[in-house]
Amino acid sequence: MNSHDWQPTADLVVIRERARLLQRIRAFFAERNVLEVETPQLSPAAMTDPQLESFSCRFRQADYYLHTSPEFYMKRLLAAGSGDIYQLARVFRQDELGPDHRPEFTLLEWYRIGMDHHQLMQELEQLIRFLWADRPVSFESISYRQAFLQQLQLDPLTADAGDLQQCARRHHVEIPQGMDTTDKDMWLDWLMVDKIAPAFNPGGFTFLYDYPASQAALARLSVEDPRLAHRFELFYGELELANGFYELSDAMEQQQRFEKENALRRQRGQKTMPMDKHLLAALQSGLPDCSGVALGIDRLLMLITGAKDIGAVISFADEMF
Amino acid sequence: MASYSTNEFRGGLKLLLDGDPCSIIENELVKPGKGQAFNRVKLRNLKTGRVLERTFKSGESVEAADVVDVEMEFSYNDGEFWYFMDPETYEQVAAPDTAMVDSGQWLKGQELCTVTLWDGAPLMVSAPNFVELAVTETDPGLKGDTAQGGTKPAKLESGAVVKVPLFIEEGEVLKVDTRSGEYVSRVKS
Repeated sequence: MNSHDWQPTADLVVIRERARLLQRIRAFFAERNVLEVETPQLSPAAMTDPQLESFSCRFRQADYYLHTSPEFYMKRLLAAGSGDIYQLARVFRQDELGPDHRPEFTLLEWYRIGMDHHQLMQELEQLIRFLWADRPVSFESISYRQAFLQQLQLDPLTADAGDLQQCARRHHVEIPQGMDTTDKDMWLDWLMVDKIAPAFNPGGFTFLYDYPASQAALARLSVEDPRLAHRFELFYGELELANGFYELSDAMEQQQRFEKENALRRQRGQKTMPMDKHLLAALQSGLPDCSGVALGIDRLLMLITGAKDIGAVISFADEMF
Repeated sequence: MASYSTNEFRGGLKLLLDGDPCSIIENELVKPGKGQAFNRVKLRNLKTGRVLERTFKSGESVEAADVVDVEMEFSYNDGEFWYFMDPETYEQVAAPDTAMVDSGQWLKGQELCTVTLWDGAPLMVSAPNFVELAVTETDPGLKGDTAQGGTKPAKLESGAVVKVPLFIEEGEVLKVDTRSGEYVSRVKS
């Protein structure tokens, strides 16, 4: 054991910068009358999304899960009449480890009643401009479909998995080992990380909005064009910072999505997750029309401090590895 | 057959790719926000030394390469093979010239070398970082010229030729860095 192993992985300057950032965030929301809340990290229900793996633990002979985001409890508060709310939450995700990933990290998540996803994107931009203070900052915005058309001359809404494979070959994209030739979303995701995101302005923020319905997650579908979901993400360069939805409020559809995701888990040999029945009941009783977004605080701090590895902005990042 | 899942990937892990043993140099997780994750991996092919890049869908399993580094003592060279012995088990292996790369020229016997074994057979042999060898052939030394630059070739008892300062005499023992092939110092006898 090295005698310096007890030391934090983040510099004290960065730890102070984090405190300042959290203060500024709280000031931003206090000004707008958005209420700070806390919700449980431990829950008997979990995300069913096959791409998100929860940590689990036991208490009195029952399984509990550490949340991957505070979304479900916060929506239950909204349905109970809380009004606009935000939370600074520690969240946990299995198997996420790398220069931009740690299995435990901090999310800022907030919900605004009466806003659609475009209005919430505007507020997210205002928050970042507020946090950036007098430093120069630039924002761009492009729809998922436009980004694919521009970068790859391909319509992601009409293309099938075969078209996407051909497009990858045409653009000399390396094909990862283990690709499922019939899984359209897998190919969209690969082209997204290998071709689309790397083409974003490397020195500025980019909003990507209106994802294909197959990638709706918890967003409602467009009424005008149900092939689209009202979901957005925010990037700096190709680094993903935030994910937001014009929230799905239909309990029936939410239940169907949970069941579909669990079916996919079963098919892939993953453990199925207990869906949040309380959330479904809350949606049934009525979720106000709202949008919500989750912003990665550690990655934001990487941008502010110029850190190349997320471990350098987390006080004790690497004890377990 | 042993295999590793992408979530076990880390620097130094040995994988079998296209039949060749490779060692992971760097492993990066890339993820499009929500959705499928991928691992971008930089590896060194341990047979050719070449660096390559591969991407895997996260969750994929890749066959492990049975590669281990063992400290072994050099015994002798019979013109075809180089023989090494494990000083604890007395087990012997024979390394072909191709596994020696540049290491053979530094060995005269009894040196402790790092032998990389793949499925039990020597894949690569690294000489000790520093060796001490006597000069068998060099031009006569220039007395008094101990400080100024200027070098001359000297042949060592193991067969290697290194550049040495002009004052070095035949019979002197030198310390040499095998990684750079450079003279370090004289060894006081």
